[in-house]
Amino acid sequence: MAKDSKLILDPLTDNNPITIQVLGICSALAITAELEASIVMSISVLFVMGIGNVVISLMRNIIPSKIRIIAQLIVVATLVIIVDQVLKAYAYELSKTLGAFVGLIITNCIIMGRFEAFALGNGPWRSFLDGIGNALGYAIILIIVGFFRELLGSGTLLGIEILGDPVAKTGLYAYGYENNGFMLLSPMALIVVGIIIWVQRSRNKALIED
Amino acid sequence: MEKRTDKNSYTILFAVGMVLVVGSLLAFLAGFLKPTIEENKRLEKQQNILYTMGVNNNEAGSAVFVSTDEAPALFEKYITKQLVLEVENGEVTSEVGREEYIKTNGKEPYLIDVKKQQTRAKAGKARKLPLFIGEKEGKTFYIAPIRGKGLWDAIWGYVAMDENMVIQGVYFDHKGETPGLGANIKQRYFMDDFTGEYLLKESGEFAGITVSKSNADPINEDKKDFEIDAIAGATITGDGVSAMIKKDLRLYVPYFKKLKK
Repeated sequence: MAKDSKLILDPLTDNNPITIQVLGICSALAITAELEASIVMSISVLFVMGIGNVVISLMRNIIPSKIRIIAQLIVVATLVIIVDQVLKAYAYELSKTLGAFVGLIITNCIIMGRFEAFALGNGPWRSFLDGIGNALGYAIILIIVGFFRELLGSGTLLGIEILGDPVAKTGLYAYGYENNGFMLLSPMALIVVGIIIWVQRSRNKALIED
Repeated sequence: MEKRTDKNSYTILFAVGMVLVVGSLLAFLAGFLKPTIEENKRLEKQQNILYTMGVNNNEAGSAVFVSTDEAPALFEKYITKQLVLEVENGEVTSEVGREEYIKTNGKEPYLIDVKKQQTRAKAGKARKLPLFIGEKEGKTFYIAPIRGKGLWDAIWGYVAMDENMVIQGVYFDHKGETPGLGANIKQRYFMDDFTGEYLLKESGEFAGITVSKSNADPINEDKKDFEIDAIAGATITGDGVSAMIKKDLRLYVPYFKKLKK
């Protein structure tokens, strides 16, 4: 049982998919300009990873090793299309917010990485936990980055004006504060991720590689 | 010994089997959900069109449509006329009303696919231009759909104008612009800027609107400068908005000229 809980907890900290394994960086850069987008993307990935890992784990003994990557890709793509279509039919508003991200999930290397590294060699239950754990590890970083980028870049969180109105000059803006538009651009996500990696490695020296 | 799953014959069989299973699963799902999705899209078009003429549930700072339950009744109430125009050499050559269009084409004019019409126009065929006329509190709105390209994918929208082609309201949407940047074209702070802007110069010549980064008028006091303040970091999407307004709305100029006579 202790081992099972490690499957969930490890990716949250010392084996984080983004900061330690450096997977899924592309989506961490692309969609973290707003906190809401980060949260929505995290939930979508959580769903696809949880189910995808179980499906691959169930199929692990019948997938031919020569075409296993293609088989994995088909499983992700199918799941993503199902999610997309069902949302469009029954949660149209939500599907519009998700729009671009649903398609982006397919390209998320964390998913393929976990299929290949874990689900192909483990049972469905453990694969499920591993999927959820890694998706949560991904979610934490996405949300931290999204939080800082939206707060410093637009002065809002989840679209709510936290620091005052930049046009009417209320709140902090009355004292001459300005939003940093640079935070909205992708390179700043890399810098925020870099700072997280720095903090994490200076707290746990075991993570530092020579 | 070679494992059973390593054989070439097994690999091929597996691939064929998987494609068949996945393919039929998705085909079945798509067929099953299609009517619901189409209905959602239809209601969304109604909501979009109503939005531009101020029939919406806007809250402070955020754009809110009328609910999907109310949309059909409100659409019936406010949109008094739907026209399908054809324009050639600066003259309106054909003007078809709603009933006649439904009779010949079997669908409502507001469901005309702008993308298909743009492709037709490129192929040199006559492009059908839908125009929706709304009446609210004694004011008449002329609402036209527009469509163009953003950074990643399609962008589109509806523009409500008065009889002098002064913008009364707009709604923009996009398929996959960057969240926080280009995706903000559907935010109120951007869309509201268009209200009151002139599309025609004093001389009656069509000028359109440019989403400008070097705008000297960021709070948009001058409504006759044909400029809107751009969104920081969203250059290409902004250019796309300028382009679709200039390209698509220009086609409607002959109709407004005719209206004045």
